[in-house]
Amino acid sequence: MTASHDVVIVGGGGAGLRAAIAIAETNPRLSVAIVSKVYPMRSHTVSAEGGAAAVIAPDDSLDEHANDTVSGGDWLCDQDAVEAFVNEAPQELLRLEHWGCPWSRQPDGHIAVRAFGGMKKRRTWFAADKTGFHMLHTLFQTSLQHEHVVRYDEWFVTKLLVDDGRVRGVVAIELMTGRIETITANAVILCTGGCGRVYPFTTNANIKTGDGMALAYRAGAPLKDMEFVQYHPTGLPFTGILITEAARAEGGWLLNKDGYRYLQDYDLGVPEPTPVLKSMELGPRDRLSQAFVHEVEKGRTVETPYGQVVHLDLRHLGAAVINTKLPFVRELCLDYEKIDPVREMIPVRPVVHYMMGGVHTDLDGATGLDGLYAAGEVACVSINGANRLGSNSLPELLVFGARAGKAAAEYASSPSDPSPAVLAQARDETQRLERELLNQTGGREPISTIRTEMQDTMEENVGIYRAGDSLGKAASRIRELQERFRSAAIEDHSRTFNTQLTAALELACMLDVAEGIVHCASARAESRGAHQRTDFPARDDQRFLAHSLIYRDPDGPPRVEYLPVTITRWPPGERIYGR
Amino acid sequence: MSGYTEFHPRWYRQRMSTWWWLRRRSYLVFILRELSSVFVAWSVVYLLLLVNAVRLGDDRYREFLDWSARPWPLVLNVVSLAFVVFHAVTWLNLTPQAVAVRLRGKRVPRAWIAASAYLGWVVVSAFVLWLLVGA
Amino acid sequence: MADHITLQVTRYRPEQEAEPSVQEYEVPLRKDWAVLDGLNHVKDHLDGTLSYRWSCRMGICGSCGMTVNGEPKLTCATFLSDYAPGPVRVEPLRNFPVIRDLVVEIGDFMRKLVKVKPWIVREEERPLSAGEYLQTPAEMDEYKQFSMCINCMLCYSACPVYGLDPHFIGPAAIALAQRYNLDSRDQGSAERLDVLSEHDGVWGCTFVGECTRACPKDVDPAGAIQRYKVTAAMEAVKSFLMPRGAR
Repeated sequence: MTASHDVVIVGGGGAGLRAAIAIAETNPRLSVAIVSKVYPMRSHTVSAEGGAAAVIAPDDSLDEHANDTVSGGDWLCDQDAVEAFVNEAPQELLRLEHWGCPWSRQPDGHIAVRAFGGMKKRRTWFAADKTGFHMLHTLFQTSLQHEHVVRYDEWFVTKLLVDDGRVRGVVAIELMTGRIETITANAVILCTGGCGRVYPFTTNANIKTGDGMALAYRAGAPLKDMEFVQYHPTGLPFTGILITEAARAEGGWLLNKDGYRYLQDYDLGVPEPTPVLKSMELGPRDRLSQAFVHEVEKGRTVETPYGQVVHLDLRHLGAAVINTKLPFVRELCLDYEKIDPVREMIPVRPVVHYMMGGVHTDLDGATGLDGLYAAGEVACVSINGANRLGSNSLPELLVFGARAGKAAAEYASSPSDPSPAVLAQARDETQRLERELLNQTGGREPISTIRTEMQDTMEENVGIYRAGDSLGKAASRIRELQERFRSAAIEDHSRTFNTQLTAALELACMLDVAEGIVHCASARAESRGAHQRTDFPARDDQRFLAHSLIYRDPDGPPRVEYLPVTITRWPPGERIYGR
Repeated sequence: MSGYTEFHPRWYRQRMSTWWWLRRRSYLVFILRELSSVFVAWSVVYLLLLVNAVRLGDDRYREFLDWSARPWPLVLNVVSLAFVVFHAVTWLNLTPQAVAVRLRGKRVPRAWIAASAYLGWVVVSAFVLWLLVGA
Repeated sequence: MADHITLQVTRYRPEQEAEPSVQEYEVPLRKDWAVLDGLNHVKDHLDGTLSYRWSCRMGICGSCGMTVNGEPKLTCATFLSDYAPGPVRVEPLRNFPVIRDLVVEIGDFMRKLVKVKPWIVREEERPLSAGEYLQTPAEMDEYKQFSMCINCMLCYSACPVYGLDPHFIGPAAIALAQRYNLDSRDQGSAERLDVLSEHDGVWGCTFVGECTRACPKDVDPAGAIQRYKVTAAMEAVKSFLMPRGAR
């Protein structure tokens, strides 16, 4: 069975919907399809809380936003991409406002901005503390105007079809009926998000399993900077639920078990009663997470049944501020920790939150394969470098979603027919799915066992601090798990909404992504941003002012190469916070 | 418009029981509230009959009062009174949800809107009582 | 507190059976566990063939709505300890066709949502160069509550009118229409009027009020509907007294 479109977008979150709208508005004659394994309003964009940064205040400038981003990224950001990003972000957020996004306002009706981690000026637009939710619903509801955009809701893409170095479409399963369909396209845009579920403690939803990264990797496109995994300093201990950075921007303090604002011991500034931009609790996420690890080593963290935690103290903000600026945070604490942040301190710990790495793209979302584009967390342009600043990823969805949409549309405007080789590939994939998954019997190991072992391996060996020997151990462990996956037990042979099948497909994606992370981490013999090596504690700009590119090798270990970072106006310097 | 299946014969359609309204207290209250309209209608009819009896003179009026005192009309009117009060209370309690009032930028609390509706009821009832007894 | 609790879960495997059945599973009873954690335990360790939807596990994506002990709930925000000693009945959301086990078909809502035009309608678009539409916090308060809908469908599941008559447009669709009608930037009320004042639009609602009770995000769809009834009635009176030409 075959369907055909000009552009197929895989993933219906912020980036995917923005790309679809961009194409629908600029090239309405093109046939666009969004293929998503969940209904679009369930996409993980919905969970983002804090805000979206863009220069709007009169005392702010694009250069300052760019400089904050570049230094926040420990100089691994491609500065031409950052310049384009900070330039287009304000227009994109404004466009979203025109589409109805309920940005929080100043009393006079203008858009309000707040402080955020790592930013020297207040430039984070916000919609209370449910920014991602409002952005996603605005995008989704706006996209409904464009009736000719076809949506394949709850269809799982399992493979990219590649012919002669050019991507020609996808194979996807309709979850409801189990039918496997080939959807050919002149261009494919991956907007499938990140891969936090590779780790055991994460703010990420169940669906963040790195599907698009794996699809691209298997098709021959390189992944970039996979070793840079962001730990968000404040996640709830058992669930990993995100407590937004905005809580700290409004004035929250991080305290160790002695009630001491410990960040002052880590060259992050001097504690003041009210928040100081780019200082203390408003420092960058990598440094705050690293400080936590040191506090644990010093025995100054609090023991709980779910591990070590520190406390986020919001009590001094008062109920009025918490109810207007952080209502969702209060709700989450009450529901999931049975704690009222107005009266009690919130237990928090660093949890995996964002993937700086992803499918290697240029400024227009074009990947290493013709006809394949990527935007959003799945992509690595790179504007986030070695560490992302909070509130940069939501505008990233819009800026690069639009760019990738327009670039893919232009590419798809010169179509060509798919060769018989593509349809043969599709047939092979269909047979593989039937044989290896749907009709497989005799599997021995539960999927959950393999998944848990992968997650534990990653947390132990590829966490906030890494070392060469444990990375080597992790690499062979992942290899072993990939072997064991071949005999994973799939007892559900139904065609109707088979979630054991999707769990298996997702685990396969996660194992591929884990392989990428481990090998890149192993190869980078320096510490930079979120990648910290105890055996190479210093930053090495001589050898490593470059992106890691990892290519899959079906017969052996993957190949890692380096691509120099594009420096335009900000030569590498020292990251200074609190001074 | 979209690629997904819009109908499939194997979907299971859950049936709603005829006794669905007994399943929850709030559903039962709702059905009783709807039923109360019948008794509101009866109250109006009774009032019209009363007015008609007055119009027809002293004797007819006395006959009407005697008839009203007989068991079935009496029971019917007592039950009607209960349902009419129930009708008024439930609808007055629901008023705030249908009306959003803002005073100086802030939303007036629901309790106040309901209270003002009750106050209106009390004032009108007091006036009618005064007409019947005082004037 | 006992250390285990029984889940009585509805199973429906359309290729094997014509009717749903109930299967019991015993799961650990941990103080922090939501019903969803119990289901995940079943899927990971007891029975991998159980199908259900979930994603964010923090009550914002709207995927995990199911009927728990007869009430529509988000299973990620409903805690097992509140049902101790159990058993806990977990069924699919009522009023929707069941695809499989605890997974229901929500295509009806997806089609209805489009009909109410849930986007900003303007006679004339404002250019980006003119900056943002000014909107005071008070103006935002007018519609803010209705913008909180996560499309979880608990309101449709609670609504007896929708259960009896699937043509009723339903609480969330009307709340979302109101979200735009009351947004000071929108000029599309007239365009939404026709759909909303149909027989199966707001007038299908008999103000049972269960939708508001079930809503996990305090959207108050019943309030949205009743307020719109007033609006629609006023519009009907206006169009009767002042025919189009005169306005």
